[in-house]
Amino acid sequence: MNVNFTVSPSFPTERITDWYIFNTWLQRALSMSIHLELYDDFGSQRKAILEGQVDMIYANPFDASLLVRERNFQAIAGPESGDEMVVFTAAEKPFQSITDLRPGVRLSCTDDPSVNTVGRILLEPADIDPADIVTLPTDTYIQVARMVLRDNADIGFMPVDAFEALSGIIRRDLHVLVTSQLHVIHHSFLIGPALLDSREKIAELLVTLHETEKGGSLLAGLGCNRWRRLEHEDVELMIDIISTLTQ
Amino acid sequence: MNDVSSSGVVEKGREYVMHYFDGTSRRVCVTDIETNFPHGKLIVSRTDTAGVITMGNQSFVDMSGYEAHELIGQPHSILRHPDMPAAAFRDLWETVRAGNQWHGYVKNLRKDGGYYWVYATVVPNVREGRVVGYTSVRREPSRQQVLAAETLYRSMNGS
Repeated sequence: MNVNFTVSPSFPTERITDWYIFNTWLQRALSMSIHLELYDDFGSQRKAILEGQVDMIYANPFDASLLVRERNFQAIAGPESGDEMVVFTAAEKPFQSITDLRPGVRLSCTDDPSVNTVGRILLEPADIDPADIVTLPTDTYIQVARMVLRDNADIGFMPVDAFEALSGIIRRDLHVLVTSQLHVIHHSFLIGPALLDSREKIAELLVTLHETEKGGSLLAGLGCNRWRRLEHEDVELMIDIISTLTQ
Repeated sequence: MNDVSSSGVVEKGREYVMHYFDGTSRRVCVTDIETNFPHGKLIVSRTDTAGVITMGNQSFVDMSGYEAHELIGQPHSILRHPDMPAAAFRDLWETVRAGNQWHGYVKNLRKDGGYYWVYATVVPNVREGRVVGYTSVRREPSRQQVLAAETLYRSMNGS
């Protein structure tokens, strides 16, 4: 069987090679032919999901909702910590907190549904009608930072790890207005119905990966320390929580 | 649920007797001390279908002023503030028992008699077609919406 594997395009581009290295290791460990397809954007990945071209995925929380509830995917593992994000502005801007923002605020963001949903919730204390937020979409997190630094946008949304991956020089000129500390929304390794017979084997491989030097190195390349086992109810709860954030 | 006596509050408070839907009542002592919602966080808790707390995250515990073990197994109404009109909670239960989401601004009562405002969303947890409980997610409200809710609830309470 040829397995189609993909990764939510929310990781920093520097990690592309590490995902290919991980996939090579996974193929050997499972003695399976696994094709890794990395999509440039969330839209094209969502299209592939809907067309049934995905058997295994390291999914962002929103795609996990679709896959678990509507496509009978099952969660097997996830990172130890949640997906967190920052809302930031240029250091020279007068905004010190979210409540300093006013209608007409210019927002730079990518098409990451998880980051954008959480970001808009973090803006709610400013009491700005969503229609009064000028959204300026860009393709990459680097471009989000540039938009803010060049005063083409007032604020930007970015995952914490992408923000921390910016150079010190860039971060010095940015000011974080708020960092999410949700802890309850995270990426998940999901397998589709075609792989359910291998569920235990794959899960065991992933949650014990940190126990060897080689495994620890693979995980470090992907930006995490270890994966923990996820039960179906863990992801069901996360999906319930996400459903409250999208209304 | 135990009464909240005036000895447990940090300043002299006002005493109320709360009457709940299940016929029980409880004496509570409230103060005017507000605890602000922590920026960037969510308060998450779950109940069974009878409204008994089965799980809460750390923010839920921290904001309530209770210890986790004092909350698990208690009715969610342990957090109900006397300024909240009964009609709001009636609407909440009718909405979620019909299988729908409920949203609203809620003033919650802390163990120490103080309070905190939240924007709450409650969803039924549907598993294999059956409602097995409810999840409540609270986020930071805007102050303008809190002021509007205070005015509305005051008028609903006839004060």
